[in-house]
Order: sequence, then structure tokens, then C-alpha cells
Amino acid sequence: MQNRRQMLQRSAALAGALAGLGLLPRAAQAAWNSAAFEAKNMSDLVKALGVSAPTASKDVSITGPDIAENGAVVPVGCASSLAGVKQLLILVEKNPNMLAAVFEPGDSVEPSFNTRVKMGQSSNVFAVAITADNKVLFAQKEIKVTLGGCGG
Amino acid sequence: MRRPRWRVLALACLMPFAVQAQKSTADGIAEYRKMLEDGNPAELFEMKGEDLWKQPRGPKKASLERCDLGLGPGVVKGAWVQLPRYFADTGRVQDVESRLLTCMSTLQGFDAAEIAKTAFGRGEMANVTALATWIAAQSRGQRFDLPQRHAQEKRFYELGKRAFFFRGGPMDFSCATCHGEEGKRIRLQDLPDLRTNPGDGIGFAAWPAYRVSSGQMWGMQQRLNDCYRQQRFLYPGFASDVTIALGVYMGVNARGAESIAPAIKR
Amino acid sequence: MADPMRIRAQAAGDKVTVRVLMSHEMETGQRKDSSGKVIPAWFIQEVTAAHNGKTVMTAHWGPSVAKNPFLQFVVKGGKAGDKITINWVDNRGDKRTDEATVS
Repeated sequence: MQNRRQMLQRSAALAGALAGLGLLPRAAQAAWNSAAFEAKNMSDLVKALGVSAPTASKDVSITGPDIAENGAVVPVGCASSLAGVKQLLILVEKNPNMLAAVFEPGDSVEPSFNTRVKMGQSSNVFAVAITADNKVLFAQKEIKVTLGGCGG
Repeated sequence: MRRPRWRVLALACLMPFAVQAQKSTADGIAEYRKMLEDGNPAELFEMKGEDLWKQPRGPKKASLERCDLGLGPGVVKGAWVQLPRYFADTGRVQDVESRLLTCMSTLQGFDAAEIAKTAFGRGEMANVTALATWIAAQSRGQRFDLPQRHAQEKRFYELGKRAFFFRGGPMDFSCATCHGEEGKRIRLQDLPDLRTNPGDGIGFAAWPAYRVSSGQMWGMQQRLNDCYRQQRFLYPGFASDVTIALGVYMGVNARGAESIAPAIKR
Repeated sequence: MADPMRIRAQAAGDKVTVRVLMSHEMETGQRKDSSGKVIPAWFIQEVTAAHNGKTVMTAHWGPSVAKNPFLQFVVKGGKAGDKITINWVDNRGDKRTDEATVS
């Protein structure tokens, strides 16, 4: 449970991260954004300039297991109930490269995607939605990763 | 000034908190496994295996469509749940991977010994695994019914049982050390009791399987290879009599269990 | 060319659920081999999906996506008999295109 101060801190940090990743409101990028995908961690990426802080929103969801038996394959889903979502992003906070995937649904595809990510350790996983009117919204979920044993 | 404890408790009660059902770790793991069932990467190996079965290959440029897996040449559906079994043409009890070596050499002209020496996941060995995956998939949902009519089949059952309980290596482990008792586990993995029928889709009935931890497709031969490695015991060799015998022991014990191969595993 | 994908596309009402399994190592570039050398990054960077020939979705991936990637999404306004085409390109320039018919 976060208090308001913690939540604002997290919003600011996420804004910085997204700004640093070069993902905040800009025309849809056709090229693969290497700066974004190579971003190492939240603090390295703080370049906050003229962008609205991402806000936690019930209109975005991140789904996944509470605990993953193996971090090599963790099923996650990102979705938004809003219309006009330009991009949906999946971030794994504690991965060496935080940004895992960017989805651009267009008009004919629902803003809802399921995939599987690698997680190096237990971490918060974020779904971030960027809307056509440049709102940046997120949801987060903690996923624990265990190593698992030697059998099976 | 130290805050009196009761005041802290009162504050805690006022803070809104999410009511969560206490989910046990076992439930959490079960949920994770369920989420992975749809879209098992083993399907990629099934596709490859089917291609390999039908494609003319090897020095003899022939397909495997005349390969006899126990139910007659080219009959694949239902063959998996009756393997290992005795084959008159080789005079041996064979499992699917051993039988594939036979067919790949006699029908296609490949060198069986060379394939057996090839590391798992490489070259023709990788093809054997893909073929075994597809062959097992063709019997998905069927129940194990290994024949025990021929004298060799019965002998191999007894050989397998002996191998199962044979202790050796620096740790003095046997298969039974992990799989010879009810209710054992290693960290989060339950270890099936393989002395009896562990149930549908468990133990012998769950291989070949795609292992997410390594992103590899494993047949029973590779599963056994890894068991021996964990026991710090020498692997008896790909498709050797001992490994086939263990398959007979486990498969006969699993009579009636439903095969879910190819499965998905940690 | 790379190994084929497995694509399943099922219609329910006017929505088509597409499930794809791609065959790819998705090497992160973080791992080292037994001699200590870094195994170079090798992963799918871009995925596009088309419905009856028209691009409907683009995705950009990093190496955090799991090996032998799974992808599921829903196409609006599709029906049985339609064609779904999936294309991927990796960081080495390798690519793969596969097609499936909506059932």
C-alpha cells in the first residue's frame, strides 16, 4: 500500500524513465528505438522535460501470475479499456534492459496483448498506455520469480 | 518520543488495504503452469517432426513413412502409448527414440551410431527429438498400454526394475532415491512415485516435454540423461538397453494413465 | 529461412483471436558461453500482423521477450476464411512470414 507521496515519487520516476526511453509523446516511431530498449534502469533514464507525469490508472491493466516457477518464461498481458490507445508498453523494472515490448494496436486490433517475458528476478512489471491525446497511464503488478528445483 | 503500540495498530486499521485470499505457493505455481498451457512451444517441434517424417532425406533420399513403430509400417496414431515394445525385425525391445534410429538408418541410410553420439539439440539428434515429439503428440489423450506378452518385454520390465533400484555413483543414488516414495519433492517440484501409476499426465506420461527453463524440447532419453547427471552417475548411453528397460518399467507401471505428451515443464 | 511459426486464428462473433508461437532464440546478449565469451544478442525486433493483406498491428520487441515467443491479440471485424499474416524481423535482418486462415 502506497501513500500519496510514494505514489507521486513513483509517477515522477516512471515519467523520467519514459522520457529517457524516448517514448513519451512523439509521432509514432517506425524505427526500432535502441535508446529505449537499451535503457538500463529508472535512475539512469531521468531526462524529464515537458512531458506529463504518467499516472496510475484503472483504465490500464497488467496481468500475470503472482509467482513464476521460472523467470525464463513469464506470461504477461497488457491492456487498456480506453479508446484511441497508440501504444501499449511492457516494462520489467529489475531487468537489465527495462523495456520488454511496445505494441501499436492501430484501429483494427484491440488494445490488449499477451506475451511472455524473461525476468531476471522478482520485480514489478508495468503496463503503460500512451493514448492518442498523449496521456501516459500505467498499472503495475509484482511478480515473484523462483528458481524452481531440479526435477520436472 | 516512542509511539505507543496501540496507536500504531489503530492507524494500521484505518489504512485501506486490499483483501487478498491467502494463496499458497503451490496454488500460485499451479496458476502459472495453467497460464502456459495454451501456446506450448512444443508445438513448434511437433510441426518440425511432422515435416521430418514426411520429407525424403538422408543418403537414401527416403521418408520415414514406412517406419514401423509397433502398429505396422507408417501407423503413428496410438503407437506412442505402446512403447517401448519388442520388435521382431531387430530382435530387440525398443523405445521411440531407439526405433527412430533404426528407421533413420534402414530407410534413410543415416549412421545410427553417429546420431547416438551427437549431443542433444544438435544435428540429427535434434531431428530425433522433433520426430519423437510429433509421434507422441499423435497419441495425446490416449492411455498407456505397453505390451507385456513377449518374453523380452517381460525381461526388460524386470531389468528396468533392477536399474530403478540400483544404487551407485558417488552419492549412492538410485532412481528410487527421488522417485521411490510418495510425497517427495525437490524445492518446488513434486517428484512422482514411479514404482506405481502416478496418474494421468504425470511422470512417464508427461514426456516428451518442453522445458521453459532451458527453452529445450526433451525426450525421455534426455530426461534420463539428466537424471543420471543429477545422480552424478554415468549416463548409460543414448537408446541403450538400460534406458529402454527403465522406459518399460515406468511405462508398464503407468498402464491406464493418460498421455499428455508433449507437455510443458519448468 | 527461419523455422515456421505456428499461427492459430479463431473467430468468435466479429472478433478473431490470434495466437502465434515463433521459433527464435531471443538471446539477450547478457549470457556468456563456457569460454567466457559473451553470446551476442539475437532477437526479434519487429513483428507485424496483417488481416487480409492490410497491416493491423506493429510491435517492437527487446531481448526481454522470452525464447520461442508467444503472442496473442484480437483483430476486430474478422471472420472465418480471412487471412492473417504474421511477419517478424530480427536484429540480424533474418525474417519470417507465415499465414493462417481464420477458422
